[in-house]
Amino acid sequence: MIAAGLQALLSHWWRHPFQLVTLMLGLATATALWSGVQAINAEARASYDRAAQTLAGPARDTLARRDGEPIAQETYIALRRAGWAVSPLLEGRLDLDGTSLRIIGVDPFTLPAEDLPEELGQSGVDLSFLTPPGQLVVDQDTADRLEGTDLPPRITGRNVPPNAAYVDIGTAQRLLGRNGELSRLVVTGPSDLTAPPLEEVAPDLVREAPETGGGEIARLTDSFHLNLTAFGLLSFAVGLFIVRGAIGLAFEQRRPVFRTLRALGIGRGVLLGLLSAELLVLALIAGTLGVALGWLIATMLLPDVAATLRGLYGADVEGTLSLRPVWWLAGIAIAVLGTAIAAAGSLVQVARLPLLAPAQPRAWARASAATMRWQAVGAVLLAVTGLLVGWVGSGLVSSFLLLGSLLVAAALMLPIFLHAVLAGLARVTRGPLAEWFWADTRQQLPGLSLALMALLLALAANIGVGTMVQSFRLTFTGWLDQRLAAELYVTTETDAEGRRLQEFLAPRVDAVLPIRSADGEIAGRPVEFYGFAHDVIYTDHWPLIDQSPDVWTRVSSGQAVLVNEQLARRADLWPGDEIALPDGENVPVAGVYSDYGNPNAQAMIGLDRFDALFPGIPRRQFALRLDEGRVEKLTRALVTEFGLPPGNISDQASVKQFSLAIFERTFAVTSALNVLTLGVAGFAILTSLMTLATMRQPQLAPVWALGLTRARLARLELLRAALLAALTFVAALPVGLMLAWILLQVVNVEAFGWKLPLHFFPRDWLVLAGLSLLAALLAGLAPARRLVRMPPSDLLKVFANER
Amino acid sequence: MRRRTLILGAGATLAAGPLRAQGFAGLGETSETFAQPSPDTRLVFPGDHAPHPAFRIEWWYVTANLAAADGTPYGVQWTLFRSALAPDGPTDGWGNPQAWMGHAAVTSETRHLAAERLARGGIGQAGVTVDPFRAAIDDWALEGPSLTDVTMRAAGTDFSYDLRLAAQGPFVLQGDEGYSVKSASGQASHYYSQPFYRAEGTLRLPDGDVEVTGQAWLDREWSSQPLDEGQNGWDWFSLHLDGGEKLMGFRLRGTGPDFTAATWIAADGTPTPYPDGAFGAEPLETARVAGRDVPVVWRVTLPDHGLDVTVRALNPECWMPLAFPYWEGPFMVEGSHSGGGYLEMTGYE
Repeated sequence: MIAAGLQALLSHWWRHPFQLVTLMLGLATATALWSGVQAINAEARASYDRAAQTLAGPARDTLARRDGEPIAQETYIALRRAGWAVSPLLEGRLDLDGTSLRIIGVDPFTLPAEDLPEELGQSGVDLSFLTPPGQLVVDQDTADRLEGTDLPPRITGRNVPPNAAYVDIGTAQRLLGRNGELSRLVVTGPSDLTAPPLEEVAPDLVREAPETGGGEIARLTDSFHLNLTAFGLLSFAVGLFIVRGAIGLAFEQRRPVFRTLRALGIGRGVLLGLLSAELLVLALIAGTLGVALGWLIATMLLPDVAATLRGLYGADVEGTLSLRPVWWLAGIAIAVLGTAIAAAGSLVQVARLPLLAPAQPRAWARASAATMRWQAVGAVLLAVTGLLVGWVGSGLVSSFLLLGSLLVAAALMLPIFLHAVLAGLARVTRGPLAEWFWADTRQQLPGLSLALMALLLALAANIGVGTMVQSFRLTFTGWLDQRLAAELYVTTETDAEGRRLQEFLAPRVDAVLPIRSADGEIAGRPVEFYGFAHDVIYTDHWPLIDQSPDVWTRVSSGQAVLVNEQLARRADLWPGDEIALPDGENVPVAGVYSDYGNPNAQAMIGLDRFDALFPGIPRRQFALRLDEGRVEKLTRALVTEFGLPPGNISDQASVKQFSLAIFERTFAVTSALNVLTLGVAGFAILTSLMTLATMRQPQLAPVWALGLTRARLARLELLRAALLAALTFVAALPVGLMLAWILLQVVNVEAFGWKLPLHFFPRDWLVLAGLSLLAALLAGLAPARRLVRMPPSDLLKVFANER
Repeated sequence: MRRRTLILGAGATLAAGPLRAQGFAGLGETSETFAQPSPDTRLVFPGDHAPHPAFRIEWWYVTANLAAADGTPYGVQWTLFRSALAPDGPTDGWGNPQAWMGHAAVTSETRHLAAERLARGGIGQAGVTVDPFRAAIDDWALEGPSLTDVTMRAAGTDFSYDLRLAAQGPFVLQGDEGYSVKSASGQASHYYSQPFYRAEGTLRLPDGDVEVTGQAWLDREWSSQPLDEGQNGWDWFSLHLDGGEKLMGFRLRGTGPDFTAATWIAADGTPTPYPDGAFGAEPLETARVAGRDVPVVWRVTLPDHGLDVTVRALNPECWMPLAFPYWEGPFMVEGSHSGGGYLEMTGYE
């Protein structure tokens, strides 16, 4: 009996293969977008973890020079000979045709085995690692990438961070051309009983608490990953609308079958069990398909994500994806969960199915006034909850909750909005055809509303994110112009060279402005201090978003500081507030400047005060003001006459170009996901129209019989699709702008620490409106063509079948 | 012979490597590319106090039997091992193939404190120079104008010592003119000693500083494969007898019969070497140390000199829990003769 019941239920899919395809595709795309994003995030996090585990383990102190300069090898030997348990480390980047390889030079003799890559720790260090040419321990990816280079031989290590090579310290010095230099010393244990204090042996070194490199990177990039997750979730939600539509339709059409089966003696529980089993199998198949698809998406997007993370945060992320079983399981689980959510309503209806009610299929989920009322109540509740969470809560998660609930509320309100507009239109038009058209459109609304909601979400997301990105770009380019006011930026190799450079430049440029920086602390937070020389370049151009009178005079004389927006917002420091400088003196904040693209807190102070605060900081960076026409000539002179490596000179144009390139890449992923979401929504409309078309013969036949040609009817069908899409776009526009506002004013502040002004881009909206019309028309085309070609006999049959 | 060595060989396992299947710590591995000891070599001082980098392994090994003013006995060990990863290579820079290892320990009746150091040559972190003499790794050093007059310093996280050693007698060649045979199949090393150091100085222990005086013994030995493949452990004894005589004797254990050798050193430094079988060492009592049974009371005999003594460890817990673990500690001598000395035991699993 159960087998027969199952066969009866499944036969539906044989007869409606297109519905099956819709269901599977909807579920697969939803799963794909979701798990694709998850895969990207997981890969990035795994990379951070591995980077954090690198040598020097996460839990060891290190010694470094106060001024950030390399440590002389003699200092290391002196410390060892004084009884300090330290191990040398030399880190650097090796340029390889456009890319770079992180070199980590270690001394296996003094570094504890657990800090070394397993491959060295276990097999024992051998001569070929220690002595020239040495060996590189790299991960498989990097090994493949280095194929064919003339670097020392490679060994593959399992836990080596991406794009990094462990080498012997001697090999590192040779490869990086830094003989006798070390970057840091790892404190591997307590010093000997007789060891003198650090100040006596190496006064220029400071002991630093364990570097939580990976942890720090993970924290900084959290917002980026949350952004991706939010997008994945949005895409998943849009996909679920399709699934809900397909499942609802399939259940609705099978109502007579359910009734018959129940009448034949299959219990309610058994029927529900059979249906659940059927859905589970479908979900498993579609989920697997979706995860595979998601993997494909992730593989295509990951290089961009990796480039972004490297550019924005300096985080090394592998460009290729590794398959993780957990991720497969999670993807399939989310597919099953999604199916359950989408099918819950339909299953409840089946459970309540009155056995003796007529088995006539109604238009499923008929738009009753009650349903609409419930939707309205739901929408208002959601919106209120969202606002409450956004108002009370803080942090990125609550911002996204606010966003999500407002979006869903807007989607729930859409049918009500469309209904009202259509009713209004019906009132102002005259004539039987027009009245039928409006009435018929309203009649179709329930069947289309899920697809239209999906479209609304996709459009709103598109408008919101597009507006955010464009506003950001506009602000960012303007800011770059202000901030990068100097024509040339030059770095020398030593302080002495810096002094010579200033003499060399004095007769050649309008101004040489030294730039110095040091790490310090304000209000318990790590802050990068910048020392700057007073110049009109700052007073005229520096992008201040808040200031007190005489800001530049006070800051350059050292009586006050400027802080960047990130610091101002995080520590709530605004003009008038006071901060303690590293020497303990309190000074007021005189102004706040915008500092886009920098994840860290920053403060600026006059150069003399800076030098007093941070003595011994290298003096090697200079900004040069000169006539734009002379930039090229001076660059040549710096290289040929002064002998500066070309890599140490950057001109304003190329810095700008580089910054903008990073910016574009940052949002490349967002745009890609945006397009995918819109595609899913278009697909939702297509499937809804196609399924509706098969059910609409009874409604169209009488109109045809009254004299309307099939071609005319088809045109009206197309017009209706376009009209609904247009109305949905109109509804989506304010929702999208609200989304953009929240992204710019709330999410950006939480994620990056800066607030951005909202700009409007009507031309983008026109393009998007055109796109959504096009999608609706394309989706309507197939059903319309079928209508045109439908044999009149089919339409006549409607009357024959009239019950 | 002195033993130990631990750093070992080509492909040295520097960090907590497992004991090799062959011999203890790789000492039984063949090593044709390195120089081999020759019975024709005559040792010259002070030149031979310096490293012999063409040989695979070498050590500067000092043990001291000391006592505080109130008679409380102490033992001190200071050892620098050299192990060549390759027979040749650059002398300067990180590419230098010489690996160095230091072991230091202080023992009392109730305590045994030990520490270990690893370093490579070529960068100034470890090495040996002769004029003036300095053998050092990190802050541990055996240094002075010459090897007959040195200070010996070492420290761990919980102890340190600073001793002055002044030789009261000549350097003593072990075996046949410093050529010391280690097995029936002819494995050998170059080996000499300075057993006549008078020692005084300070030990810094968790309970406070202790002024000590006593006697110390230096062993110098180098080779490339001192053990036969079938040998996997040894028991090595150095005895300071109250009459001023010294005795060095060892027993090598392996799959075949034990191999023993000894040198009787008269109070004026005249050595008498003894071939296999003359020296006897027989365990009387064992103690459970670091999860294994280790003999801590021995009967030691050299009938030629009427020597028949019981050797009793000052502290049975003299385990050196280092990369290559072994037992090393001071003992008391009773019986036909009395005195003190040092015992090293390896290969007890």
